[in-house]
Amino acid sequence: MSNNTAEKKAVARKDLTYRQWIWKEMKRNRVAYLMILPYVLIFTIFTVAPVVLSIFISFTDFNMLQMPNVVWLNNYINLFFADDIFLIALKNTFVFAVIVGPVSYLLSFLVAWFINELSPRIRAIVTLIFYAPSISGQVYLIWGVFFSADSYGWFNATLFELGFISKPIAWFQDANYVMPLCIIVALWTSLGTSFLAFIAGLQGIDRAQYEAGAVDGVRNRWQELWYITLPNMRPQLMFGAIMAITGSFGFGGVVTALCGFPSVDYAAHTIMHHLEDYGGQRYEIGYSSAIAVVLFAIMISANSIVKKMLSKVGN
Amino acid sequence: MARLRTRKHKVVLSRSAGGDAGITFILTILGIFMALPMVYVLMQAFKPLDELWMYPPRFYVINPTASNFKDLFTLMNTSWVPFSRYIFNTVFTSVMGTFGHLFIASLCAYALSKIKFPGHKWIFTTIRTSLMFHSTVTAITSFILMSAFHMIDTYFAIIVPAWGYTLGLYLMKQFMDTNVSDAVLESARLDGASELRTYWVIAMPMVKPAWLTLIIYSFQTLWNAGSSIYIYSEQLKSFNYAIGQITAGGIKRAGASAASLVLMMLVPILVFVITQSNIIETMGSSGMKD
Repeated sequence: MSNNTAEKKAVARKDLTYRQWIWKEMKRNRVAYLMILPYVLIFTIFTVAPVVLSIFISFTDFNMLQMPNVVWLNNYINLFFADDIFLIALKNTFVFAVIVGPVSYLLSFLVAWFINELSPRIRAIVTLIFYAPSISGQVYLIWGVFFSADSYGWFNATLFELGFISKPIAWFQDANYVMPLCIIVALWTSLGTSFLAFIAGLQGIDRAQYEAGAVDGVRNRWQELWYITLPNMRPQLMFGAIMAITGSFGFGGVVTALCGFPSVDYAAHTIMHHLEDYGGQRYEIGYSSAIAVVLFAIMISANSIVKKMLSKVGN
Repeated sequence: MARLRTRKHKVVLSRSAGGDAGITFILTILGIFMALPMVYVLMQAFKPLDELWMYPPRFYVINPTASNFKDLFTLMNTSWVPFSRYIFNTVFTSVMGTFGHLFIASLCAYALSKIKFPGHKWIFTTIRTSLMFHSTVTAITSFILMSAFHMIDTYFAIIVPAWGYTLGLYLMKQFMDTNVSDAVLESARLDGASELRTYWVIAMPMVKPAWLTLIIYSFQTLWNAGSSIYIYSEQLKSFNYAIGQITAGGIKRAGASAASLVLMMLVPILVFVITQSNIIETMGSSGMKD
């Protein structure tokens, strides 16, 4: 607090220009810069620098061996006009993100909301049931066993016994089933950080507001949700949305583990896989950087669209 | 006027019995969907060989046995790189990464939250923006940078980037904003405590739930890390990667691979059970205002 008043005093001083004042403040708080230095250094090297570097490299044909040439927009032009697989990947990524992002977000919120009124002990158990799949490492591999391609797979055998199929279906090797199955598995692992944030946010709302709402004529839980709960939750909703979007673009690993790489007919090939293919295996770093920049732009714009939508909640 | 009724001595507002029933129903269905695969892993892990290959397959185990776990340990003992080495790699990188992250990120979070120095706003905004993209986007260029620093194929390639984990810093900063009062810090400063001392002696003990959360998150990420593009040497690879190799051994290892999944999921789940209330408390201040 006193720092704030000190700021105001310093600004009010007539003998200093703005620049001199900033410099004085910087010297006064030099210990703060020392405190942030280690983190900011690592953050700059491993997060900021790779992003900036990607943008620069995406205008070249860098391949780790020869000196790069500047090719301007060629990588981007090839990406959108000459690379059919990229267009498939783009479409798949959108389908994944448009389904998994919102559904997992709504699911996280609804479940958190449903369990909010349970007793603390039961709430803790239900939280664990829903949260466990997202923290248990590679446990999603069990879906591969469940949907195994031979008749020993539980799902195939059950369908067979019921008479729906006459020979086993290779679920994760069949272009018709790969996408829906991967989406289900992704949803299964998606109740993560945003789920916990919602639980905490709901717990933090003052009960007196609900009582006041009831007096003011809130009739049922849906009105209560819209007029009291959601407006109070806006900060958590924002944070949860960012986590959900980031998550919905980042589960290429699940697809690779279950369907192999590349997936059959590129049916579940996402931009992440395309990036890995060109960057990690073909060493066409320039081209893969262009893919990364496109992905980066998609993620940032998805976030700003959602931000705009959320600012309307509860109004 | 809305109906007021009580449930367990608390005033419960405007709740219809039909809504309660519907919600319980949906929650049960979703709960079964979430729990079923986890239960199935456990069932598979305890099935004897003849039940694993029984037709038609059964969901439940009839004669539970620990033989799959025995097989798993036998497989571990015969691997080319001793399994203890993989376990050491995972534990070592998890511990080093987690504690470095806790120290560096909380130091930075304290300065960003409690010292109003020129630039603190845009530095935090930049860090917060990076929550919006997944780290795989930058994997390739990170690789180039790391090779420039000669970090490829060393423990540093795993440990040092973990120190800069964004979510941890974000949660710590938000938690400090709401839970560390400026007045207490100010009185410490007036008593002549240096900024570093105020951070360590006054602020840090007040944010214990946030530390635990940082530890859990960073530990989970590092524990669950599989093969990394930054590591080639077999001797430096993670436990999770090695487990994956056993699973990749195909059908004859179905039992051992289920057993390995159980081992891998046990640790993060136990850690979460112990620390759940602290994590939820930290998440209470996770919200974004703008």
